[in-house]
Amino acid sequence: MAKQAYTFGLDTFGDIAFRDDGTQMGAGESLRQVVKEAQLADALGIDLIALGEHHRSEFAISSPEIVLGAMAQATSNIRLGTAVTVLSSDDPVRVFERFSTLHALSNGREEIMLGRGSFTESFPLYGFDMENYDGLFEEKIAMWAELLKGKPMNWEGKFTQKLTETTVYPQLPAGETIATTVGVGGSPESIIRAVYYGFPVVIAIIGGEPTRFRPYVDLYHQAAKQFDKPDLPLGMHAHGIILDDAAEATEVGWQYIKAEMDRIGIDRGWAPMSRDRFEFEIDKGSYYVGTPEQVAQKIAKNMKALDMSRFDLVYGTGGQLEHQRLATIRNYGERVIPRVKELLGGGAHD
Amino acid sequence: MTEPVIGILGAGKLGTTLARLGVQAGLTINIGNRHDVADLKWIIDTMAPGAHTMSAADVIASADVVILAIPLSHVADLDPAALAGKLVLDATNYWKEVDGTVNRISSFTQSSSEVVQAHLAASQVAKAFNHMGYHDLEIEVDRHPTARRAMAYATDHDASRPVIEHVLQAFGFAPFDLGPLRFGLVLEPGSPLFGEAITPAEFQAKLDTLYASPFGQKIIAARGGKID
Repeated sequence: MAKQAYTFGLDTFGDIAFRDDGTQMGAGESLRQVVKEAQLADALGIDLIALGEHHRSEFAISSPEIVLGAMAQATSNIRLGTAVTVLSSDDPVRVFERFSTLHALSNGREEIMLGRGSFTESFPLYGFDMENYDGLFEEKIAMWAELLKGKPMNWEGKFTQKLTETTVYPQLPAGETIATTVGVGGSPESIIRAVYYGFPVVIAIIGGEPTRFRPYVDLYHQAAKQFDKPDLPLGMHAHGIILDDAAEATEVGWQYIKAEMDRIGIDRGWAPMSRDRFEFEIDKGSYYVGTPEQVAQKIAKNMKALDMSRFDLVYGTGGQLEHQRLATIRNYGERVIPRVKELLGGGAHD
Repeated sequence: MTEPVIGILGAGKLGTTLARLGVQAGLTINIGNRHDVADLKWIIDTMAPGAHTMSAADVIASADVVILAIPLSHVADLDPAALAGKLVLDATNYWKEVDGTVNRISSFTQSSSEVVQAHLAASQVAKAFNHMGYHDLEIEVDRHPTARRAMAYATDHDASRPVIEHVLQAFGFAPFDLGPLRFGLVLEPGSPLFGEAITPAEFQAKLDTLYASPFGQKIIAARGGKID
Protein backbone atom coordinates (compact mmCIF):
# COMPACT_ATOMS: atom_id res chain seq x y z
CA MET A 1 0.00 0.00 0.00
CA ALA A 2 1.11 3.55 -0.72
CA LYS A 3 2.19 5.82 2.09
CA GLN A 4 -0.99 7.23 3.52
CA ALA A 5 -1.58 10.01 6.00
CA TYR A 6 -3.69 9.19 9.03
CA THR A 7 -7.12 10.71 9.40
CA PHE A 8 -8.60 11.57 12.77
CA GLY A 9 -12.25 12.48 12.79
CA LEU A 10 -15.09 13.34 15.10
CA ASP A 11 -18.48 11.76 14.53
CA THR A 12 -21.84 12.76 15.95
CA PHE A 13 -25.46 11.90 15.37
CA GLY A 14 -26.48 15.29 16.78
CA ASP A 15 -27.61 13.82 20.09
CA ILE A 16 -29.96 16.21 21.86
CA ALA A 17 -27.47 17.90 24.22
CA PHE A 18 -27.65 19.40 27.70
CA ARG A 19 -26.68 22.87 28.88
CA ASP A 20 -24.18 23.10 31.71
CA ASP A 21 -27.02 23.78 34.16
CA GLY A 22 -28.38 20.33 33.32
CA THR A 23 -31.39 21.45 31.30
CA GLN A 24 -31.91 19.78 27.97
CA MET A 25 -31.43 21.73 24.76
CA GLY A 26 -34.02 21.62 22.03
CA ALA A 27 -33.25 20.12 18.63
CA GLY A 28 -32.50 23.57 17.16
CA GLU A 29 -30.02 24.48 19.86
CA SER A 30 -28.41 21.03 19.58
CA LEU A 31 -27.92 21.58 15.84
CA ARG A 32 -26.35 24.99 16.37
CA GLN A 33 -24.16 23.43 19.06
CA VAL A 34 -22.78 20.92 16.55
CA VAL A 35 -21.89 23.74 14.14
CA LYS A 36 -20.05 25.55 16.95
CA GLU A 37 -18.25 22.30 17.77
CA ALA A 38 -17.17 21.95 14.14
CA GLN A 39 -15.65 25.42 14.41
CA LEU A 40 -13.72 24.35 17.49
CA ALA A 41 -12.58 21.14 15.80
CA ASP A 42 -11.48 23.15 12.77
CA ALA A 43 -9.50 25.55 14.95
CA LEU A 44 -7.84 22.56 16.64
CA GLY A 45 -6.81 21.10 13.28
CA ILE A 46 -8.93 17.94 13.54
CA ASP A 47 -9.12 16.37 10.08
CA LEU A 48 -12.81 15.63 9.76
CA ILE A 49 -16.25 15.90 11.30
CA ALA A 50 -18.87 13.42 10.16
CA LEU A 51 -22.59 13.48 10.87
CA GLY A 52 -24.98 10.55 11.11
CA GLU A 53 -28.47 10.64 9.67
CA HIS A 54 -31.27 9.62 12.05
CA HIS A 55 -34.98 10.07 12.25
CA ARG A 56 -35.81 9.70 15.93
CA SER A 57 -36.23 11.82 19.03
CA GLU A 58 -32.77 11.32 20.52
CA PHE A 59 -30.98 12.86 17.55
CA ALA A 60 -31.33 16.28 15.91
CA ILE A 61 -29.65 15.49 12.59
CA SER A 62 -31.93 14.10 9.90
CA SER A 63 -30.54 16.29 7.09
CA PRO A 64 -26.77 16.18 7.51
CA GLU A 65 -25.88 17.99 4.29
CA ILE A 66 -27.66 21.14 5.45
CA VAL A 67 -25.70 21.11 8.70
CA LEU A 68 -22.53 20.45 6.72
CA GLY A 69 -23.41 23.40 4.48
CA ALA A 70 -23.55 25.65 7.53
CA MET A 71 -20.26 24.21 8.71
CA ALA A 72 -18.72 24.86 5.29
CA GLN A 73 -19.28 28.56 5.83
CA ALA A 74 -18.11 28.51 9.44
CA THR A 75 -14.87 26.56 8.97
CA SER A 76 -11.86 26.58 6.68
CA ASN A 77 -9.98 23.31 6.64
CA ILE A 78 -11.89 20.52 8.33
CA ARG A 79 -13.34 17.86 6.02
CA LEU A 80 -17.12 17.63 6.22
CA GLY A 81 -18.59 14.17 6.09
CA THR A 82 -21.49 11.92 6.85
CA ALA A 83 -21.37 8.72 8.90
CA VAL A 84 -23.55 7.44 7.48
CA THR A 85 -25.85 8.52 4.69
CA VAL A 86 -28.54 5.85 4.53
CA LEU A 87 -28.37 5.41 0.77
CA SER A 88 -30.90 2.55 0.74
CA SER A 89 -33.77 4.86 1.64
CA ASP A 90 -32.55 7.83 -0.35
CA ASP A 91 -32.42 8.72 -4.03
CA PRO A 92 -28.83 8.45 -5.28
CA VAL A 93 -29.43 11.22 -7.81
CA ARG A 94 -30.61 13.63 -5.14
CA VAL A 95 -27.77 12.56 -2.85
CA PHE A 96 -25.33 13.31 -5.66
CA GLU A 97 -26.91 16.74 -6.21
CA ARG A 98 -26.65 17.58 -2.52
CA PHE A 99 -23.05 16.46 -2.25
CA SER A 100 -21.91 18.10 -5.47
CA THR A 101 -23.51 21.31 -4.13
CA LEU A 102 -21.62 20.81 -0.87
CA HIS A 103 -18.48 20.15 -2.91
CA ALA A 104 -18.84 23.63 -4.43
CA LEU A 105 -19.69 25.41 -1.19
CA SER A 106 -16.94 23.73 0.85
CA ASN A 107 -14.23 23.86 -1.82
CA GLY A 108 -14.09 20.10 -2.04
CA ARG A 109 -14.04 19.33 1.67
CA GLU A 110 -17.11 17.06 1.54
CA GLU A 111 -17.04 13.31 2.09
CA ILE A 112 -19.84 10.82 2.03
CA MET A 113 -20.01 7.58 3.94
CA LEU A 114 -22.62 5.24 2.56
CA GLY A 115 -24.43 2.70 4.70
CA ARG A 116 -27.30 0.28 4.61
CA GLY A 117 -28.63 1.86 7.77
CA SER A 118 -28.35 0.06 11.07
CA PHE A 119 -31.20 2.27 12.22
CA THR A 120 -34.13 1.52 9.96
CA GLU A 121 -36.54 4.38 10.77
CA SER A 122 -35.92 5.96 7.37
CA PHE A 123 -37.45 3.03 5.47
CA PRO A 124 -41.10 3.43 6.46
CA LEU A 125 -40.61 7.21 6.71
CA TYR A 126 -39.65 7.47 3.05
CA GLY A 127 -41.91 4.70 1.87
CA PHE A 128 -39.42 1.87 1.35
CA ASP A 129 -40.16 -1.72 2.21
CA MET A 130 -37.69 -3.28 4.59
CA GLU A 131 -38.15 -6.48 2.67
CA ASN A 132 -35.80 -4.95 0.08
CA TYR A 133 -33.22 -3.91 2.69
CA ASP A 134 -30.34 -5.57 0.90
CA GLY A 135 -31.52 -5.16 -2.68
CA LEU A 136 -32.03 -1.43 -2.22
CA PHE A 137 -28.47 -0.90 -1.03
CA GLU A 138 -26.97 -3.17 -3.64
CA GLU A 139 -28.66 -1.33 -6.47
CA LYS A 140 -28.17 2.16 -5.11
CA ILE A 141 -24.47 1.76 -4.37
CA ALA A 142 -24.04 0.60 -7.98
CA MET A 143 -25.94 3.68 -9.13
CA TRP A 144 -23.79 5.89 -6.89
CA ALA A 145 -20.60 4.46 -8.41
CA GLU A 146 -22.03 5.23 -11.86
CA LEU A 147 -23.01 8.79 -10.87
CA LEU A 148 -19.49 9.47 -9.64
CA LYS A 149 -18.19 8.92 -13.16
CA GLY A 150 -19.75 12.30 -13.97
CA LYS A 151 -20.74 11.33 -17.49
CA PRO A 152 -24.16 11.46 -19.15
CA MET A 153 -25.73 8.42 -17.60
CA ASN A 154 -27.82 5.52 -18.79
CA TRP A 155 -29.43 3.54 -16.02
CA GLU A 156 -32.19 1.08 -15.47
CA GLY A 157 -32.90 -0.55 -12.15
CA LYS A 158 -35.56 -2.28 -10.12
CA PHE A 159 -35.86 0.25 -7.29
CA THR A 160 -34.48 3.34 -9.02
CA GLN A 161 -35.45 5.64 -11.86
CA LYS A 162 -34.54 5.06 -15.46
CA LEU A 163 -32.02 7.56 -16.84
CA THR A 164 -31.17 8.07 -20.50
CA GLU A 165 -28.06 10.06 -21.35
CA THR A 166 -28.78 12.14 -18.27
CA THR A 167 -26.38 14.60 -16.73
CA VAL A 168 -26.84 15.44 -13.05
CA TYR A 169 -26.12 19.00 -11.89
CA PRO A 170 -24.18 20.71 -10.52
CA GLN A 171 -21.45 18.73 -12.23
CA LEU A 172 -18.20 18.23 -10.38
CA PRO A 173 -15.20 20.10 -11.78
CA ALA A 174 -13.18 17.95 -14.19
CA GLY A 175 -10.94 15.49 -12.39
CA GLU A 176 -12.69 15.94 -9.02
CA THR A 177 -14.90 13.50 -7.21
CA ILE A 178 -16.93 13.09 -4.04
CA ALA A 179 -14.76 11.19 -1.58
CA THR A 180 -16.79 8.07 -0.79
CA THR A 181 -16.41 5.48 1.93
CA VAL A 182 -18.71 2.72 3.09
CA GLY A 183 -19.65 2.31 6.75
CA VAL A 184 -19.97 -1.33 7.84
CA GLY A 185 -20.91 -3.08 11.05
CA GLY A 186 -19.99 -6.73 10.74
CA SER A 187 -21.50 -8.15 7.62
CA PRO A 188 -18.90 -9.86 5.43
CA GLU A 189 -20.88 -9.07 2.30
CA SER A 190 -20.85 -5.33 3.07
CA ILE A 191 -17.06 -5.39 3.09
CA ILE A 192 -16.86 -7.36 -0.12
CA ARG A 193 -19.34 -5.02 -1.81
CA ALA A 194 -17.29 -1.95 -0.83
CA VAL A 195 -14.15 -3.52 -2.29
CA TYR A 196 -16.01 -4.39 -5.47
CA TYR A 197 -16.88 -0.73 -6.04
CA GLY A 198 -13.42 0.45 -5.02
CA PHE A 199 -14.50 2.28 -1.85
CA PRO A 200 -12.62 2.23 1.45
CA VAL A 201 -14.54 1.12 4.55
CA VAL A 202 -14.91 2.42 8.06
CA ILE A 203 -15.95 -0.25 10.54
CA ALA A 204 -18.18 0.67 13.46
CA ILE A 205 -16.43 -1.09 16.33
CA ILE A 206 -18.76 -0.23 19.17
CA GLY A 207 -18.50 -3.29 21.39
CA GLY A 208 -16.05 -5.96 22.46
CA GLU A 209 -12.33 -6.22 21.94
CA PRO A 210 -11.46 -4.36 18.75
CA THR A 211 -8.94 -7.00 17.68
CA ARG A 212 -11.93 -9.26 17.16
CA PHE A 213 -12.42 -7.35 13.90
CA ARG A 214 -9.14 -8.55 12.43
CA PRO A 215 -10.93 -11.10 10.19
CA TYR A 216 -12.99 -8.28 8.66
CA VAL A 217 -9.86 -6.25 7.93
CA ASP A 218 -8.23 -9.32 6.41
CA LEU A 219 -11.35 -9.87 4.33
CA TYR A 220 -11.08 -6.38 2.82
CA HIS A 221 -7.47 -6.96 1.78
CA GLN A 222 -8.19 -10.46 0.51
CA ALA A 223 -11.20 -9.24 -1.48
CA ALA A 224 -9.05 -6.53 -3.08
CA LYS A 225 -6.72 -9.27 -4.34
CA GLN A 226 -9.60 -11.45 -5.41
CA PHE A 227 -11.28 -8.74 -7.51
CA ASP A 228 -8.06 -6.95 -8.47
CA LYS A 229 -9.34 -3.75 -6.86
CA PRO A 230 -7.42 -1.09 -4.93
CA ASP A 231 -6.31 -2.33 -1.51
CA LEU A 232 -7.30 0.76 0.47
CA PRO A 233 -6.59 1.50 4.11
CA LEU A 234 -9.45 1.03 6.54
CA GLY A 235 -10.89 3.13 9.32
CA MET A 236 -12.78 2.56 12.54
CA HIS A 237 -15.44 4.47 14.46
CA ALA A 238 -15.97 4.20 18.23
CA HIS A 239 -17.49 6.07 21.16
CA GLY A 240 -15.39 8.12 23.56
CA ILE A 241 -15.24 10.70 26.33
CA ILE A 242 -11.91 12.36 27.10
CA LEU A 243 -11.65 14.27 30.37
CA ASP A 244 -8.72 15.14 32.62
CA ASP A 245 -10.12 12.93 35.37
CA ALA A 246 -10.56 9.26 34.44
CA ALA A 247 -13.18 8.57 37.12
CA GLU A 248 -15.26 11.51 35.95
CA ALA A 249 -15.06 10.32 32.33
CA THR A 250 -16.26 6.89 33.44
CA GLU A 251 -19.24 8.34 35.30
CA VAL A 252 -20.19 10.62 32.40
CA GLY A 253 -20.04 7.56 30.16
CA TRP A 254 -22.11 5.49 32.53
CA GLN A 255 -24.72 8.23 32.68
CA TYR A 256 -24.94 9.04 28.98
CA ILE A 257 -23.47 6.26 26.82
CA LYS A 258 -25.26 3.56 28.77
CA ALA A 259 -28.52 5.50 28.66
CA GLU A 260 -28.30 5.86 24.90
CA MET A 261 -27.39 2.21 24.30
CA ASP A 262 -30.27 1.13 26.53
CA ARG A 263 -32.76 3.40 24.74
CA ILE A 264 -31.73 2.04 21.36
CA GLY A 265 -31.70 -1.45 22.83
CA ILE A 266 -35.41 -1.18 23.59
CA ASP A 267 -36.08 -1.01 19.84
CA ARG A 268 -33.44 -3.51 18.83
CA GLY A 269 -34.13 -6.03 21.53
CA TRP A 270 -30.80 -5.61 23.34
CA ALA A 271 -30.69 -6.10 27.08
CA PRO A 272 -29.73 -3.06 29.19
CA MET A 273 -25.97 -2.66 29.60
CA SER A 274 -24.55 -4.00 32.84
CA ARG A 275 -21.92 -2.07 34.80
CA ASP A 276 -19.62 -5.03 34.37
CA ARG A 277 -19.90 -4.91 30.57
CA PHE A 278 -19.56 -1.12 30.56
CA GLU A 279 -16.31 -1.28 32.53
CA PHE A 280 -15.07 -4.07 30.28
CA GLU A 281 -15.69 -1.83 27.28
CA ILE A 282 -13.52 0.88 28.87
CA ASP A 283 -10.76 -1.46 30.06
CA LYS A 284 -10.43 -3.81 27.12
CA GLY A 285 -13.29 -3.17 24.76
CA SER A 286 -14.49 -0.46 22.44
CA TYR A 287 -15.05 2.62 24.61
CA TYR A 288 -12.38 5.30 24.54
CA VAL A 289 -13.27 6.77 27.90
CA GLY A 290 -10.59 8.22 30.16
CA THR A 291 -7.77 10.74 30.28
CA PRO A 292 -6.07 11.97 27.09
CA GLU A 293 -3.11 9.65 27.70
CA GLN A 294 -5.31 6.60 28.35
CA VAL A 295 -7.40 7.25 25.26
CA ALA A 296 -4.36 7.95 23.08
CA GLN A 297 -2.69 4.71 24.17
CA LYS A 298 -5.82 2.75 23.42
CA ILE A 299 -6.43 4.33 20.02
CA ALA A 300 -2.81 3.78 18.99
CA LYS A 301 -2.85 0.18 20.18
CA ASN A 302 -6.00 -0.69 18.27
CA MET A 303 -5.10 1.22 15.11
CA LYS A 304 -1.81 -0.68 15.06
CA ALA A 305 -3.43 -4.04 15.75
CA LEU A 306 -5.96 -3.54 12.96
CA ASP A 307 -3.76 -1.55 10.52
CA MET A 308 -6.20 1.34 10.57
CA SER A 309 -5.42 4.61 8.85
CA ARG A 310 -8.48 6.43 10.11
CA PHE A 311 -10.04 6.77 13.54
CA ASP A 312 -13.37 8.51 14.13
CA LEU A 313 -14.28 9.29 17.72
CA VAL A 314 -18.02 9.48 18.35
CA TYR A 315 -18.42 12.32 20.84
CA GLY A 316 -21.42 13.61 22.79
CA THR A 317 -23.12 10.22 22.88
CA GLY A 318 -26.37 10.43 24.80
CA GLY A 319 -26.24 14.25 24.79
CA GLN A 320 -23.87 15.19 27.66
CA LEU A 321 -23.34 18.64 29.17
CA GLU A 322 -21.93 21.27 26.84
CA HIS A 323 -18.65 21.59 28.74
CA GLN A 324 -18.16 17.81 28.68
CA ARG A 325 -18.64 17.72 24.93
CA LEU A 326 -16.22 20.60 24.40
CA ALA A 327 -13.63 19.08 26.74
CA THR A 328 -13.66 15.84 24.75
CA ILE A 329 -13.18 17.72 21.47
CA ARG A 330 -10.44 19.93 22.90
CA ASN A 331 -8.59 17.01 24.49
CA TYR A 332 -8.91 14.97 21.30
CA GLY A 333 -7.50 17.75 19.12
CA GLU A 334 -4.84 19.13 21.45
CA ARG A 335 -3.56 16.05 23.21
CA VAL A 336 -4.88 12.76 21.91
CA ILE A 337 -4.31 13.10 18.16
CA PRO A 338 -0.70 14.39 18.46
CA ARG A 339 0.05 11.66 21.00
CA VAL A 340 -1.47 8.90 18.84
CA LYS A 341 0.59 10.08 15.87
CA GLU A 342 3.67 10.00 18.06
CA LEU A 343 2.86 6.48 19.25
CA LEU A 344 2.22 5.32 15.70
CA GLY A 345 5.41 6.97 14.56
CA GLY A 346 5.50 9.96 12.30
CA GLY A 347 1.90 10.41 11.23
CA ALA A 348 2.06 8.26 8.12
CA HIS A 349 2.26 4.55 7.58
CA ASP A 350 2.88 2.06 4.84
CA MET B 1 -19.67 -39.62 22.29
CA THR B 2 -17.67 -39.16 19.12
CA GLU B 3 -17.31 -35.50 18.28
CA PRO B 4 -20.20 -34.60 15.98
CA VAL B 5 -19.41 -32.91 12.69
CA ILE B 6 -21.00 -29.45 12.65
CA GLY B 7 -22.52 -28.15 9.44
CA ILE B 8 -23.36 -24.46 9.17
CA LEU B 9 -25.80 -23.28 6.53
CA GLY B 10 -25.29 -19.58 5.86
CA ALA B 11 -22.06 -17.61 5.79
CA GLY B 12 -23.15 -14.14 6.85
CA LYS B 13 -22.65 -12.42 10.17
CA LEU B 14 -23.77 -15.35 12.29
CA GLY B 15 -22.49 -18.20 10.12
CA THR B 16 -18.94 -16.88 9.90
CA THR B 17 -18.92 -16.04 13.62
CA LEU B 18 -20.07 -19.54 14.61
CA ALA B 19 -17.56 -21.07 12.21
CA ARG B 20 -14.75 -19.12 13.85
CA LEU B 21 -15.91 -20.03 17.35
CA GLY B 22 -16.30 -23.68 16.37
CA VAL B 23 -12.84 -23.94 14.83
CA GLN B 24 -11.33 -22.26 17.91
CA ALA B 25 -13.09 -24.88 20.01
CA GLY B 26 -11.49 -27.64 17.96
CA LEU B 27 -14.70 -28.78 16.24
CA THR B 28 -14.99 -29.95 12.66
CA ILE B 29 -16.90 -27.18 10.90
CA ASN B 30 -18.34 -27.53 7.42
CA ILE B 31 -19.96 -24.42 6.03
CA GLY B 32 -21.82 -23.51 2.86
CA ASN B 33 -24.41 -21.19 1.42
CA ARG B 34 -26.46 -20.75 -1.74
CA HIS B 35 -23.52 -19.55 -3.79
CA ASP B 36 -20.72 -21.40 -5.54
CA VAL B 37 -18.15 -23.03 -3.32
CA ALA B 38 -15.36 -21.15 -5.11
CA ASP B 39 -17.03 -17.81 -4.35
CA LEU B 40 -17.26 -18.66 -0.67
CA LYS B 41 -14.04 -20.55 -0.04
CA TRP B 42 -11.65 -17.57 0.01
CA ILE B 43 -14.08 -15.72 2.30
CA ILE B 44 -14.19 -18.59 4.80
CA ASP B 45 -10.45 -19.15 4.55
CA THR B 46 -10.08 -15.50 5.58
CA MET B 47 -12.88 -15.14 8.11
CA ALA B 48 -12.78 -18.57 9.73
CA PRO B 49 -9.59 -20.36 8.72
CA GLY B 50 -9.84 -24.06 9.42
CA ALA B 51 -13.51 -24.36 8.54
CA HIS B 52 -14.29 -26.44 5.46
CA THR B 53 -16.19 -24.72 2.67
CA MET B 54 -18.53 -26.93 0.66
CA SER B 55 -21.86 -26.79 -1.10
CA ALA B 56 -24.96 -26.53 1.05
CA ALA B 57 -25.91 -30.04 -0.06
CA ASP B 58 -22.53 -31.41 1.04
CA VAL B 59 -22.75 -29.53 4.33
CA ILE B 60 -26.06 -31.23 5.05
CA ALA B 61 -24.89 -34.65 3.88
CA SER B 62 -21.66 -34.58 5.91
CA ALA B 63 -22.92 -33.07 9.15
CA ASP B 64 -24.25 -34.73 12.28
CA VAL B 65 -25.60 -31.42 13.49
CA VAL B 66 -26.79 -28.71 11.09
CA ILE B 67 -26.97 -25.10 12.29
CA LEU B 68 -29.34 -22.82 10.38
CA ALA B 69 -27.61 -19.44 10.12
CA ILE B 70 -29.76 -18.19 7.27
CA PRO B 71 -32.69 -15.77 7.23
CA LEU B 72 -35.85 -17.32 8.64
CA SER B 73 -37.65 -16.58 5.38
CA HIS B 74 -35.17 -18.81 3.52
CA VAL B 75 -35.88 -21.89 5.62
CA ALA B 76 -38.86 -22.70 3.38
CA ASP B 77 -36.37 -23.20 0.52
CA LEU B 78 -34.59 -26.03 2.37
CA ASP B 79 -35.33 -29.56 1.20
CA PRO B 80 -36.87 -31.45 4.13
CA ALA B 81 -35.82 -34.80 2.64
CA ALA B 82 -32.13 -33.82 2.64
CA LEU B 83 -32.34 -32.90 6.32
CA ALA B 84 -34.48 -35.88 7.36
CA GLY B 85 -33.13 -37.60 10.47
CA LYS B 86 -30.66 -34.81 11.22
CA LEU B 87 -30.38 -32.75 14.36
CA VAL B 88 -31.01 -29.17 13.24
CA LEU B 89 -30.17 -26.21 15.48
CA ASP B 90 -32.37 -23.35 14.37
CA ALA B 91 -30.54 -20.09 15.04
CA THR B 92 -32.92 -17.99 12.95
CA ASN B 93 -35.12 -15.18 14.21
CA TYR B 94 -37.74 -13.14 12.46
CA TRP B 95 -35.80 -10.04 11.44
CA LYS B 96 -37.63 -7.37 9.50
CA GLU B 97 -34.51 -6.14 7.68
CA VAL B 98 -34.20 -9.46 5.93
CA ASP B 99 -37.58 -11.14 6.32
CA GLY B 100 -39.84 -8.17 5.54
CA THR B 101 -41.63 -5.46 7.47
CA VAL B 102 -44.67 -7.57 8.31
CA ASN B 103 -44.12 -10.93 9.95
CA ARG B 104 -46.20 -13.43 8.01
CA ILE B 105 -44.16 -16.40 9.24
CA SER B 106 -44.39 -16.73 13.00
CA SER B 107 -46.59 -15.43 15.80
CA PHE B 108 -47.15 -15.58 19.54
CA THR B 109 -49.08 -18.79 19.03
CA GLN B 110 -46.55 -20.43 16.72
CA SER B 111 -42.94 -19.57 17.45
CA SER B 112 -40.53 -19.38 14.52
CA SER B 113 -38.76 -22.62 15.42
CA GLU B 114 -42.08 -24.46 15.48
CA VAL B 115 -42.59 -23.22 11.91
CA VAL B 116 -39.13 -24.56 11.07
CA GLN B 117 -39.90 -27.91 12.71
CA ALA B 118 -43.19 -28.12 10.77
CA HIS B 119 -41.27 -27.63 7.51
CA LEU B 120 -38.46 -30.00 8.48
CA ALA B 121 -40.91 -32.56 9.82
CA ALA B 122 -38.50 -35.51 9.73
CA SER B 123 -35.62 -33.61 11.41
CA GLN B 124 -34.98 -33.13 15.12
CA VAL B 125 -35.24 -29.36 15.34
CA ALA B 126 -34.00 -27.45 18.37
CA LYS B 127 -34.03 -23.70 18.87
CA ALA B 128 -30.52 -22.57 19.86
CA PHE B 129 -28.05 -19.72 19.30
CA ASN B 130 -30.98 -17.29 19.05
CA HIS B 131 -30.86 -14.99 22.02
CA MET B 132 -27.32 -13.65 21.83
CA GLY B 133 -26.18 -11.19 19.16
CA TYR B 134 -23.49 -12.48 16.80
CA HIS B 135 -20.97 -9.95 18.13
CA ASP B 136 -21.77 -11.00 21.70
CA LEU B 137 -21.27 -14.70 20.93
CA GLU B 138 -17.57 -14.00 20.53
CA ILE B 139 -17.26 -11.20 23.06
CA GLU B 140 -18.94 -13.09 25.88
CA VAL B 141 -17.20 -16.41 25.28
CA ASP B 142 -13.82 -14.68 25.46
CA ARG B 143 -14.80 -12.56 28.40
CA HIS B 144 -16.11 -15.30 30.68
CA PRO B 145 -14.01 -18.41 30.25
CA THR B 146 -15.10 -19.73 33.64
CA ALA B 147 -18.50 -18.19 34.46
CA ARG B 148 -19.96 -19.39 31.17
CA ARG B 149 -22.95 -17.65 29.64
CA ALA B 150 -26.26 -19.44 29.37
CA MET B 151 -27.22 -20.59 25.88
CA ALA B 152 -30.87 -21.53 26.01
CA TYR B 153 -32.36 -24.21 23.81
CA ALA B 154 -35.72 -25.86 23.31
CA THR B 155 -36.66 -29.06 21.51
CA ASP B 156 -39.34 -31.71 21.36
CA HIS B 157 -36.72 -34.45 20.89
CA ASP B 158 -35.55 -35.64 24.28
CA ALA B 159 -33.10 -38.12 22.79
CA SER B 160 -31.25 -35.21 21.16
CA ARG B 161 -30.72 -33.27 24.37
CA PRO B 162 -27.33 -34.82 25.24
CA VAL B 163 -25.95 -34.01 21.79
CA ILE B 164 -27.36 -30.47 21.86
CA GLU B 165 -25.84 -29.86 25.29
CA HIS B 166 -22.53 -31.29 24.16
CA VAL B 167 -22.44 -28.97 21.15
CA LEU B 168 -23.41 -25.85 23.11
CA GLN B 169 -20.74 -26.68 25.68
CA ALA B 170 -18.17 -27.26 22.97
CA PHE B 171 -18.89 -23.81 21.55
CA GLY B 172 -18.16 -22.34 24.98
CA PHE B 173 -21.60 -21.89 26.55
CA ALA B 174 -23.58 -23.28 29.48
CA PRO B 175 -26.60 -25.10 28.00
CA PHE B 176 -29.93 -24.00 29.46
CA ASP B 177 -32.83 -26.35 28.78
CA LEU B 178 -36.15 -24.55 28.27
CA GLY B 179 -38.06 -27.77 27.58
CA PRO B 180 -40.28 -28.44 24.56
CA LEU B 181 -39.85 -26.40 21.38
CA ARG B 182 -42.88 -24.14 21.99
CA PHE B 183 -41.11 -22.67 25.03
CA GLY B 184 -38.50 -21.28 22.66
CA LEU B 185 -40.91 -18.40 22.04
CA VAL B 186 -39.43 -16.75 25.14
CA LEU B 187 -36.11 -16.32 23.29
CA GLU B 188 -37.51 -14.34 20.38
CA PRO B 189 -36.80 -10.66 19.65
CA GLY B 190 -38.74 -8.42 22.02
CA SER B 191 -38.43 -10.81 24.94
CA PRO B 192 -36.43 -9.61 27.94
CA LEU B 193 -34.32 -12.76 27.46
CA PHE B 194 -33.41 -11.79 23.90
CA GLY B 195 -29.96 -10.24 23.76
CA GLU B 196 -28.98 -11.59 27.17
CA ALA B 197 -25.51 -12.98 27.75
CA ILE B 198 -25.76 -13.95 31.42
CA THR B 199 -25.09 -16.93 33.67
CA PRO B 200 -27.64 -19.77 33.94
CA ALA B 201 -28.70 -18.59 37.41
CA GLU B 202 -29.28 -15.06 36.13
CA PHE B 203 -31.08 -16.44 33.12
CA GLN B 204 -33.37 -18.50 35.35
CA ALA B 205 -34.17 -15.42 37.45
CA LYS B 206 -35.12 -13.44 34.35
CA LEU B 207 -37.17 -16.34 33.03
CA ASP B 208 -39.05 -16.46 36.35
CA THR B 209 -40.24 -12.86 35.89
CA LEU B 210 -40.89 -13.09 32.15
CA TYR B 211 -44.67 -12.87 32.41
CA ALA B 212 -44.43 -9.57 34.26
CA SER B 213 -42.80 -8.02 31.19
CA PRO B 214 -44.70 -6.45 28.26
CA PHE B 215 -43.53 -9.36 26.09
CA GLY B 216 -44.83 -11.87 28.62
CA GLN B 217 -48.14 -10.03 28.75
CA LYS B 218 -48.39 -10.25 24.96
CA ILE B 219 -47.84 -14.00 25.16
CA ILE B 220 -50.66 -14.31 27.70
CA ALA B 221 -52.96 -12.11 25.64
CA ALA B 222 -52.32 -14.06 22.43
CA ARG B 223 -52.39 -17.56 23.89
CA GLY B 224 -54.96 -17.02 26.59
CA GLY B 225 -52.36 -17.86 29.22
CA LYS B 226 -48.75 -18.78 29.80
CA ILE B 227 -47.01 -21.28 27.55
CA ASP B 228 -47.74 -24.73 28.99
